[in-house]
Amino acid sequence: MYIDLLSLALPEAIVAATALTVLALGLAHGRRVDVCSAVAAAGILFATAAVLMLPEEATLFGGMLVITPLTSLFKIICLTLAFFTIVLARGLSGRRHHGEFLALLLLATIGLMLLVGSEELLVIFIGLELTGLSLYVMAGFDKTESRSAEAGLKYFLFGSTASAFTLFGLSLIYGMSGTTSLSAIGQKLTADPILPLLAAGLVMTLIGFAFKIAAAPFHLWAPDTYQGAPVPSAAFIASGSKVASFFVLGKIVLIGFGPVHGSAAWHAMIGGWAPVLAALAALSIVVGNLVALAQSNVRRLLAYSAVAHAGYTLLGLVAGGREGFAATLFYTTIYAFTLVGAFGVVALVRRETGGDDLIHFSALWSRSPLLAGCMTIFMLSLAGLPPLAGFFGKFYLFSAALRAGGDHGLLWLVALALLGSFISLYYYLAVLKAIFVNDSEAATLDVALGRVGLTDRPQSRGLIKLDFLERATLVVLGLVVLFLGIFPDGLVTMIVASLSPLP
Amino acid sequence: MIAWTIYITFAGAFGLLFMPRFFARWIALATALAGFTTSLLAFLDAPHAGSFATVVRVPWIPSLGMEFHLAADGISLTLALVTGLTAVSAVLFSWDVEQRPNEFFFWLLLVIGGSYGVFLSADLFLLFVFYELVIVPKYFLIAIWGSTNKEYGAMKLTLYSFLGGALVFLGIAAVYVTAGKGDLVAGLDLQQLSRYQFSPQFQTWAFPVMFVGFAILAGIWPLHTWAPTGHVAAPTAGSMLLAGIVMKLGAYSALRVAMNLFPDGFQMWRTWIAVLGVIGIVYAAAVALRQRDLKFVIGYSSVSHMGFVLLGLATANALGLGGAVLQMFSHGVIAALLFAVAGRMIYRRTHTRDLDTLSAMGLGRALPFAAFCFVIASAASMGIPGFSGFAAEITILLGAWKTYPVAVLVTGAGMVLVAAFTLRALKKTFFADAGSTDGETTFLSSSDGLAPITAAEKCGASLLIFATLAVGLYPKLLLDRIMPAVEALRVFKP
Repeated sequence: MYIDLLSLALPEAIVAATALTVLALGLAHGRRVDVCSAVAAAGILFATAAVLMLPEEATLFGGMLVITPLTSLFKIICLTLAFFTIVLARGLSGRRHHGEFLALLLLATIGLMLLVGSEELLVIFIGLELTGLSLYVMAGFDKTESRSAEAGLKYFLFGSTASAFTLFGLSLIYGMSGTTSLSAIGQKLTADPILPLLAAGLVMTLIGFAFKIAAAPFHLWAPDTYQGAPVPSAAFIASGSKVASFFVLGKIVLIGFGPVHGSAAWHAMIGGWAPVLAALAALSIVVGNLVALAQSNVRRLLAYSAVAHAGYTLLGLVAGGREGFAATLFYTTIYAFTLVGAFGVVALVRRETGGDDLIHFSALWSRSPLLAGCMTIFMLSLAGLPPLAGFFGKFYLFSAALRAGGDHGLLWLVALALLGSFISLYYYLAVLKAIFVNDSEAATLDVALGRVGLTDRPQSRGLIKLDFLERATLVVLGLVVLFLGIFPDGLVTMIVASLSPLP
Repeated sequence: MIAWTIYITFAGAFGLLFMPRFFARWIALATALAGFTTSLLAFLDAPHAGSFATVVRVPWIPSLGMEFHLAADGISLTLALVTGLTAVSAVLFSWDVEQRPNEFFFWLLLVIGGSYGVFLSADLFLLFVFYELVIVPKYFLIAIWGSTNKEYGAMKLTLYSFLGGALVFLGIAAVYVTAGKGDLVAGLDLQQLSRYQFSPQFQTWAFPVMFVGFAILAGIWPLHTWAPTGHVAAPTAGSMLLAGIVMKLGAYSALRVAMNLFPDGFQMWRTWIAVLGVIGIVYAAAVALRQRDLKFVIGYSSVSHMGFVLLGLATANALGLGGAVLQMFSHGVIAALLFAVAGRMIYRRTHTRDLDTLSAMGLGRALPFAAFCFVIASAASMGIPGFSGFAAEITILLGAWKTYPVAVLVTGAGMVLVAAFTLRALKKTFFADAGSTDGETTFLSSSDGLAPITAAEKCGASLLIFATLAVGLYPKLLLDRIMPAVEALRVFKP
């Protein structure tokens, strides 16, 4: 049996070994950034290969480690996101302690893989904590900058409180069902009127995940963390952590709490987790989009838009069922790739101009057509315009939600989401306006008029030089977003097909 | 063959991005011409204009049932033709764009390609993809190359379009779910959907959602305000495309999708559409009468003319619908010509569009060709017999007489207003007695120094004038293609 564990958990083991190696390398050759990055990237590639070689289906220790085509797919997605983050971090994070940074990133990745690959509450919690603790440190990694420390502290305080809620909720559910395996819990719970104890456990568990996916009103950490944390950390928090959280949240509610789904249909609300998630979704869409309108910092803007996107993504879970879950998984995946790309552009602009306010993006088109073009793709995909991935993702998600409610019961939520994405176009266009329409004189004028502090002024005006890897990463991410928009069928089929064992 | 309009235009657009700037306008012109020729040949060679005949059909997203499905009937072909026509002249009228020309023509061609796509799509999802594709290029065209409050105008126009898009999105998702009935593999094929019977209760709310969503782009009152501001802010080619093609996207999709899928809903709501259309005609004409900026006059005239289209659609008889399609063509040509004269021929030379300032310049003598074009366009716009505007509007009014006699009376009053503001603009711009304005006799000698009309401008204008005359004198040319297609629509089937 332990031999099985070793072979089935080989990808995680490889990543762990890589983390340790990178840590040691970083200690030995403190300044060899490229060596550490190369080793970490190679480790990720090996782990991906190991995932591909896993058997189709396997279960260990009553669901503690589950392998299905779906978990393998999402392990690969998490690993890919980690890979892009490593490439992104190469030229950015301070040259000191790069080994430690990568080691933390890899540990967080193991946490994500555990989250994806388990259907057992304890392991899920361990995965949550492993991810969370690594990410807290990564958020505060930039020791010389107070904003980074603020980001780390806020993320940690909110995160640990949320974890406490989750753990308490899980313990209540364990108390009621006597088991920690999701499928067993699903069998124990019945659709009887919900007991107060179960309701408490349910809500507390959901709070923890609402924090992870930055759904309002548990989103307050997001703006400061996205803005203050080192860009690669923020990118990974916004992408990898989110994908895995949505994946595991979906598993918990659909498998574990399946019988107490409830209904969020307008005229036929039934108690359960669906109305709770629907309320979270509605609030996130409204708050995220409205507050994002007022932002002048691109990373903060992305943070609030992330809140709104968490709201859209929840729609699929509220709808439930195979199609709803598939839509959620599709959307969160493309969202993650888009956001890594967007943070990549932000990171490079920040490196060149010393900041990431809208003003620093002025006239970017003339300084780097590549960055401008990629940012256009990412922003328009987030806004949900065709032919980009975000458009198809939204269509898939919203039609799944409409289909689920029975007689268009979820129409109210879909209409709200569409209203939200209408509002969102304004702020995404504001970014593009800075890039394509404003000229650099406008930025200088803003400084002169005192609209922007002198210290925030963009530092250089020349062409932005990118090395090959940076170009390649952005182009690949841009093409992925474009390709998944024009030919989404492959990923959709893959997700739907591997979902078949689920309800 | 008609499908090549789409491929050529998009290929040209992306090719442009990698070409040296010197070639930009030539490539754009070649692309637009190729698209126009294709659409013209396809239009002339259309024996079965009555049926919405498939041109290309390839599975696209099989797991959800979407297809890359293009089809064309007389209506599509007519509108593809006006797209090609306007595209060529829009490129000719932006021959002098020196600032970031590659980007400019890239966005321009995206608008054109997207429009071809909308007119030829036979899959609702595909249609919507093209429809939304047009939104963002408009923003950049206006915000970067525009004039007069351009960033405001661009954002307003884009948000209105996207609001319409959001409504349509809701409608499409609802159609997809309802027609699919839990079955994953049932797509959004328009030919199949137009045979599907939606429940009357569903049509009651789905029709207005979808119709209004599309009609925002067609400038339906009271959601028309994006049009004048957007047209004024846009660069000349942008205004030409906006008024000439983009507003038709809304009207065409309202006809092809909203009305054709929801006949019951349409019957229920059509009186309201007629009312809004008539209000649009009269109100916009009255507002145009008070404008000081020449482009605002034309912008409001566009809203007024699109009111005719809505009225024609609301009549629910073949005459009215055919007239509406004819009006889409006619207005496309006339509005493009008017904006070309105002934006390129006048504004680029005098740097003012203020009617009072213009009237002091004696442009009639300085720019006789511009005056000639503007007279023709004005005459066509007023509905003088012999021009396309007359043929279209008389057909619509004849159709409306059968269903809404009162509307015809009100519209008649509106047409007087149209004549009034058109003549006012014409007189002030070109034929003012210079001495009489504000008692100032600044007969600007600078008008002698105005650059002469270039060959590109002459070509572009001649093309449009020829089109409006040809259709005005021989409307059968278009009506032969339009009427069978209109009669085949579902609106007339019980």
